[in-house]
Amino acid sequence: MKQIVTISGKGGTGKTILTAAFSAIAKNHVMADCDVDAADLHLLLSPDIKERHLFQSGLMPKLDRERCSECRQCVDHCRFHAIRDDLSLDPLACEGCRFCEYVCPMQAISMEKKNTGEWYLSETRFGPLIHARLGAGEENSGKLVSLVRKEAKETALKQGADWVLIDGSPGIGCPVIASLSDVDYAVVVIEPSLSGLHDAGRVIEVAKHFGVKSLVVINKYDLHQGLTTEIERFCGNRKIPVLGKIPFDKAVVEMMGQAKTIMETGKSEAKTAIIEIWNRLGKMIHSSGIKQSNANA
Amino acid sequence: MIVTIASGKGGTGKTTIAANLALLISNAQLLDCDVEEPNAHFFLKPEIKTSRKVFVRVPVIDESKCTFCGRCQKLCAFHALAVLPSKVLLFPELCHSCGVCSHFCPEHAISEEDREIGFVEIGSRGQLQFIRGLLNVGESMAPPLIREVKSYLNPTRTNIIDAPPGTACSMVESVRGSDYCLLVTEPTPFGLNDLKLATKVITEMKIPAGVVINRCDLGTEDVRKFCEQESIPVLMEIPFRREIAAAYAQGDLLLEKMPEYRPSFKKLWERIENFAAEGAA
Ligand code: SF4
Ligand code: SF4
Ligand code: SF4
Ligand code: SF4
Repeated sequence: MKQIVTISGKGGTGKTILTAAFSAIAKNHVMADCDVDAADLHLLLSPDIKERHLFQSGLMPKLDRERCSECRQCVDHCRFHAIRDDLSLDPLACEGCRFCEYVCPMQAISMEKKNTGEWYLSETRFGPLIHARLGAGEENSGKLVSLVRKEAKETALKQGADWVLIDGSPGIGCPVIASLSDVDYAVVVIEPSLSGLHDAGRVIEVAKHFGVKSLVVINKYDLHQGLTTEIERFCGNRKIPVLGKIPFDKAVVEMMGQAKTIMETGKSEAKTAIIEIWNRLGKMIHSSGIKQSNANA
Repeated sequence: MIVTIASGKGGTGKTTIAANLALLISNAQLLDCDVEEPNAHFFLKPEIKTSRKVFVRVPVIDESKCTFCGRCQKLCAFHALAVLPSKVLLFPELCHSCGVCSHFCPEHAISEEDREIGFVEIGSRGQLQFIRGLLNVGESMAPPLIREVKSYLNPTRTNIIDAPPGTACSMVESVRGSDYCLLVTEPTPFGLNDLKLATKVITEMKIPAGVVINRCDLGTEDVRKFCEQESIPVLMEIPFRREIAAAYAQGDLLLEKMPEYRPSFKKLWERIENFAAEGAA
């Protein structure tokens, strides 16, 4: 079983579109949406939710006014300025460190578990999907990503699946680091722009830092030929394989509007390019001595 | 005044809007709080004058004083400490620098030291002040660095914040305290879904918000309908043009490359100012 994560550093480069397309091509696989903070993969896969679980993580203080002597120890010790002057809590600033609880001389503060999200096990027309939803403004997205990853892997092992296809999250912080752990390859989607190249460069560094090999796909490559050439040069210098280039294709947005992947359209340039990319990825994994499943579309 | 440019979904053109607005208004200051992937400097090309490392405080254990009682491990809410029979291990990437362990160690064996997580750069472009933060590769926690960037907020200037995408803690940390939040989206199902999430957060934070629809001709009417239902004003729409995409790709500023957009940016700014004043009233 191989785990492949699609990442990009910069958001909006087409990582979810590509993951969804891979899901439509691959046989015998499980999908995981690790962009828990702005999950979109489900919009193309129309999942039928089979199981729904609460994600509880982190703690939140509750102040009992009856017991409180207004000594303000809690206010003074909270390093996150989360307890206001009137002793009310700023929930968005609180990190749940418990300092206030520990320091309160009147035992007026107790901690409550926070529901920070939900995660789901779903069926889709392409196979099982594990996805999640982080409550707005919540932290611990890294933990939720790790949970989604664990569930996806277990489902894959149970089913004897060949692939776990993971839609990663943007940026280089905790959710991305959690998306990258224990994967076989990271497919990095880059759009030809200075910022796209810069951000991809940073996330490739992160992948390397955690010992994950990157493979590059250039999306909408024809929007700037010069920068596409620059990306190819960048990859060449670092010996990062370029799996292929996808042209700008209005069919992608049209299919998105119908809640379909680009693979479900008739003839399309983007579709043809993605099939080639998938085959090349399969060959690459094969040539590194790993069994691959058949790809066709 | 503080105006934050955010977006649930990445890659919608948030930085383009932030950079061009900052250029347009006088006495402005741009703070790039997208510390994982800051991009505004590609467009503004500021002259950087100072660079400062940013640190968080992490515990150091003096093992000559420590009795390995295990109290610090028990009290740490983030499982960042592990007390072994003759050693205390710290997992620095889990530590939130809350200060609990050092405060409660019965032997006063814990002090704190700096750990570098990134840096802040300060510069300018003509009249425009520029501040950005950059998180070190492999570091997981952006909020402390964002707080550092925001310590440069200047009440005598118009502060434009370029926020990170998404709706998680880094986005909230960036938007907190703003007078107005501009949400940049695109009229696709992804754009709509992420806009809904972002709107929810901003509403909870009670910050007045408006929307900019980028690539407004690639997609459906659903984003406009949503904005109408929720009474969120659509302040500007920008069509998809290959020239705009190319200018963006090269790091060119729209206002310089295509001055015909100047009036619509001016109008956008006027509307932001009006709504922000209303919100404050
Ligand atoms: S739990 Fe920590 S962060 Fe939250 S209010 Fe208490 S001391 Fe402050
Ligand atoms: S520390 Fe306890 S008693 Fe003192 S103000 Fe806070 S809640 Fe009240
Ligand atoms: S609380 Fe202090 S004495 Fe106890 S194990 Fe931790 S560092 Fe050592
Ligand atoms: S400072 Fe807080 S988070 Fe860090 S190790 Fe100590 S108790 Fe844990």
